[in-house]
Amino acid sequence: MAFARRISILFVTLLLAGLGGATLLRLSPGFGVDERDLDSRLNAASLEASQAARAGERNLGRFYASYLSGLARGDLGTSRLFGRPVVDLLKERLPLTLGTVLAGFVMAWVVGITLSAVSAMVRNQALPFALDSFSSALLCIPSALLAVLFYRMDVPASAGVAAVIFPKVFFYSKRLFSSSLAKPHVVTARAKGLGDVRVFVWHAVPPVAGELIALVGVTLALGLSATIPLEVILDLPGIGQLAWNAALGRDMPLLVSLTLLIGAFTLVANALADAVAHAATGAGSNDNSR
Amino acid sequence: MTTAGKSAGVLLFAIVAASLAAGYLAPASYETQFRESPNASPCRQFPLGTDELGRDRLARLLYGSRVSLLLAPAAAALSVALSALIGITAGYAGGWLERAAMAAADLFVSLPWLFLLLTVRALLPLNVTPWASILITFLLLGALSWAPGARVIRSGAAALKHSEFALLARASGCPGPRLLWKHILPNLRPLMAAQFWIAIPMFILSEANLGMLGLGIAEPLPSWGGLLAEIQDPGRIAGNPVLLAPAILLTVFLSCFQFVFSKGDR
Amino acid sequence: MSFRMILRVFLTVFLCLRASGQGGGELRFSIRNDPKTFDPLLAEDEASGTVRYLTGATLIRIDRKTQKFAPELAESWRILAGGTSIVFKLRQGILFSDGTPFSSDDVAYTFRRMTDPKMHSPVGDSFRGGPGEIKTLVQGPAQVTVTFPAAIAGVESLFDQLTIVSSHSPKKELATLGPFVLGEHKPGSHVLFRRNPNYWKKDATGRRLPYLDSVRADIQQNGDLELLRFKRGEVHMIDTLDPELFDRLWAGSPGETRNAGASLESEMLWFNQVSGAPLPAHKKAWFRSKDFRRAFSSAINRSDLCRLAFKGHADQAAGPISGANRLWANAKLAPHVYDPKAALARLHRDGFRLEKGTLRDRQGNAVEFSLTTNSGNKARSRMAALVQQDLAKIGIRLNVVPLDLPSLIERITRTHDYEACLLGLVNVDLDPNSQMNVWLSSAANHPWNPKQKTPETAWEAEIDRLMRAQSSALDPKKRKAAFDRVQEIVWEEAPILYLVNKHALSAVSRRVLNVSPVSLWPRLYWNPEYLRVTNQVAQSR
Repeated sequence: MAFARRISILFVTLLLAGLGGATLLRLSPGFGVDERDLDSRLNAASLEASQAARAGERNLGRFYASYLSGLARGDLGTSRLFGRPVVDLLKERLPLTLGTVLAGFVMAWVVGITLSAVSAMVRNQALPFALDSFSSALLCIPSALLAVLFYRMDVPASAGVAAVIFPKVFFYSKRLFSSSLAKPHVVTARAKGLGDVRVFVWHAVPPVAGELIALVGVTLALGLSATIPLEVILDLPGIGQLAWNAALGRDMPLLVSLTLLIGAFTLVANALADAVAHAATGAGSNDNSR
Repeated sequence: MTTAGKSAGVLLFAIVAASLAAGYLAPASYETQFRESPNASPCRQFPLGTDELGRDRLARLLYGSRVSLLLAPAAAALSVALSALIGITAGYAGGWLERAAMAAADLFVSLPWLFLLLTVRALLPLNVTPWASILITFLLLGALSWAPGARVIRSGAAALKHSEFALLARASGCPGPRLLWKHILPNLRPLMAAQFWIAIPMFILSEANLGMLGLGIAEPLPSWGGLLAEIQDPGRIAGNPVLLAPAILLTVFLSCFQFVFSKGDR
Repeated sequence: MSFRMILRVFLTVFLCLRASGQGGGELRFSIRNDPKTFDPLLAEDEASGTVRYLTGATLIRIDRKTQKFAPELAESWRILAGGTSIVFKLRQGILFSDGTPFSSDDVAYTFRRMTDPKMHSPVGDSFRGGPGEIKTLVQGPAQVTVTFPAAIAGVESLFDQLTIVSSHSPKKELATLGPFVLGEHKPGSHVLFRRNPNYWKKDATGRRLPYLDSVRADIQQNGDLELLRFKRGEVHMIDTLDPELFDRLWAGSPGETRNAGASLESEMLWFNQVSGAPLPAHKKAWFRSKDFRRAFSSAINRSDLCRLAFKGHADQAAGPISGANRLWANAKLAPHVYDPKAALARLHRDGFRLEKGTLRDRQGNAVEFSLTTNSGNKARSRMAALVQQDLAKIGIRLNVVPLDLPSLIERITRTHDYEACLLGLVNVDLDPNSQMNVWLSSAANHPWNPKQKTPETAWEAEIDRLMRAQSSALDPKKRKAAFDRVQEIVWEEAPILYLVNKHALSAVSRRVLNVSPVSLWPRLYWNPEYLRVTNQVAQSR
């Protein structure tokens, strides 16, 4: 029953995301215009025809209804910008982006958790300060610069995703570990001479496992959005580049499909994180109320 | 306070003071174009050189920091406050409220907000003053970025709600609001602080991108975001490492700020 | 000289000779986007234009070097009946890439398809200037007559964009007559073209062209990365290079940079003169005042724009037609002279006055307005900042508002909710007929005040008359005189302020032979059949 309820919430949220995306695009300036409008070779009839081709998207309700009925048949419409079925575009580009996001995500978490653990446990101040500064620097450098630097060094694009996720993982987890390591029972355990690693694994991590797992879902979604500047700058034919082009070109079917895709990715990532948190922390979590 | 802490404090003070005293420290105005000396290397007249239009980089950096140092933390605080409000309410209340709040957070993350920003620009008059524009930009940034933080804070709040001390407090008759304010909120401070630190540079960089949409600070006013946007290309930096100055200053500022103000979270 | 060195020299010479005698290798360069269509009759965007140029053949080509008409599929042509028809004598023995023969039927089919109202073909639109039908008469396999409902002046130039398609090939538009055929398209990554084995042209030694085995166009939007890949040898040429990147390449390897002088691209600024625009009346009055526009123009330091915004790689613009268009530019026009004092004096005459550094109109309104431009163009944003400072000197406060392109297009073409606009214009076509939709006051693309029912000013009525006169006159001298006058009126009335003409900057690797950069598009590969890429050893010469 609870599972069915979760699925239905997921489904409704997704439908709302698609509708929200379509609404935001429909209301934005530049909707329904095209660079063709500035082409001085085209005569009035051709300009009108090109505008009429976009008229079907003007009525939002009608557009979304027909989009959803197409979706039910596995047809996401045709991209006006690329002149090709949206399904094909997504199929071609999804593997690259997913690979980049997942590789970057794993890198960021492995490095982030390790460094934050070290930073929270060491007793001197120089190392935490250095690590803080390094993470801050990553936050302060425009991702465009990082992307091009990585490209020059022949480092894969996933490192760019990692560079975006890492500071978040580092800062959040460091603060969580520091606070749990400062708890009286942990201090006592350390004073009694319990090994650092043991203290960390048994006492610092469990109290904050819920927050960390929530962060997993959040950073996965973040990794996906990080691919937009990365793929645009590095000219990688992935979902991020597609999203950027769809936005600039006001491509309704493509943009709504991408909103649904990103929404589905976010929802599934967070739902999985919630489920894991529930299993890991058991009654410690809020989920007994569900 | 340790020596390191003191040094960080002094450095932080120096950055803020320098931005306030920009008029005295920088020999030229941020907008004066010395058209005969474009792309000048650092020299006596221009300690950080000039940009492509011959404007003094030091003046632009110092003036730019005023806007960014004031508004980015304000927007970050707004974002954290919203995350905390929604996250704690959801985590503490549980049930349908929690499910609705988290669904809303997921929805929020998925939507293409770029179009809202474009619409806002279209609704504003073209000749909007730079200050109004920049204020709106940072408010929007703050208001639109609550969702990821709310998810993490919700988990924290939910965990704390079932912790021993919360059970004890409730058993001893502590009312809900007091429990939230006195016990749960302080324990969530590390999470909120992390979100705050991350949001500051993120907003400063986003401001530059929004400048491209006609929102944010416009020519000839400088901002850190605009200065950072100049260094998208390593080829230029190789020829003129001074371009990195805003990134370095922002990193130093953030590191010192955290070092000085994060003691309470440990 | 040691034995090893002698051996190396011999080996190099041998390999070079071998390279020059062999196929020409693969030429690689970048295009900005995926082509939107592979149908040459629908090509509009630059990438589709590249596909059309490399794979298609036309009856008449404009020689990019001489800017004169050159026979291509047509051996010769004659214009008859006062310009209403044109007779082509076609080359014989030519095959499409799929081996099917080319004949006058294909020309007739191409015209039928292109003028089909449902196609909305841009090239078709440029042929169908007015009402009436275009007819083709096939007179045997090698002769065809095309008859237009009304005379079209300079009709030959329109044929440069008309690619002949096959009437009967099962491969439809993929059967081509140009030097290359479409090999592979990997969306978002690249388009590969292979040598057309049936291409009809031969070189002086009788060898069948093209020399190149293939051409690979990588899809790359980022100019910095493009330059990086050029330096790494991954692409062999860059058709259009930023002034900044050009200078950077020049600093390291000046031999690989090419500056073909002023291009056809102009940077321009205009004021909103639409009578129904949602602007306060006093602002409309400023923008409709010739003195205001001319004073604004004289207050802009164009020399600084060239020097600072384009690093010296631009010329000051005098009028709508760049000097690169040798045939049609009005050579008598000179750029508006930079003179802020004269600008202020002109404004005084028009009732404006400078008070404590702020310019005010007769009613006392401070002169402040916005200059919209598209975001993301570095040179243009530098220009905007320079113009802003220039205008501040005469007390005008200009607010620069960069907008994303669709928002900007909506404002300038639909809502007319803008005050002044800074944009670039690319003229692909040399002939003024291609600009009818810009200059006629009734046209949708008349920038400052489109779709006027009747011309709102006397000088616009005069431009209308002159543009119509040049489009129907057959005598090239009369056409030139009429269009020269149009350029003079535009110079005098300044509805559009032309600021600079960018230089045609490009980069070519030393490995590419027979490249001869021109200022017209495509700058580097306008003679693709003659290009050749030598192998790496040849580079060590």
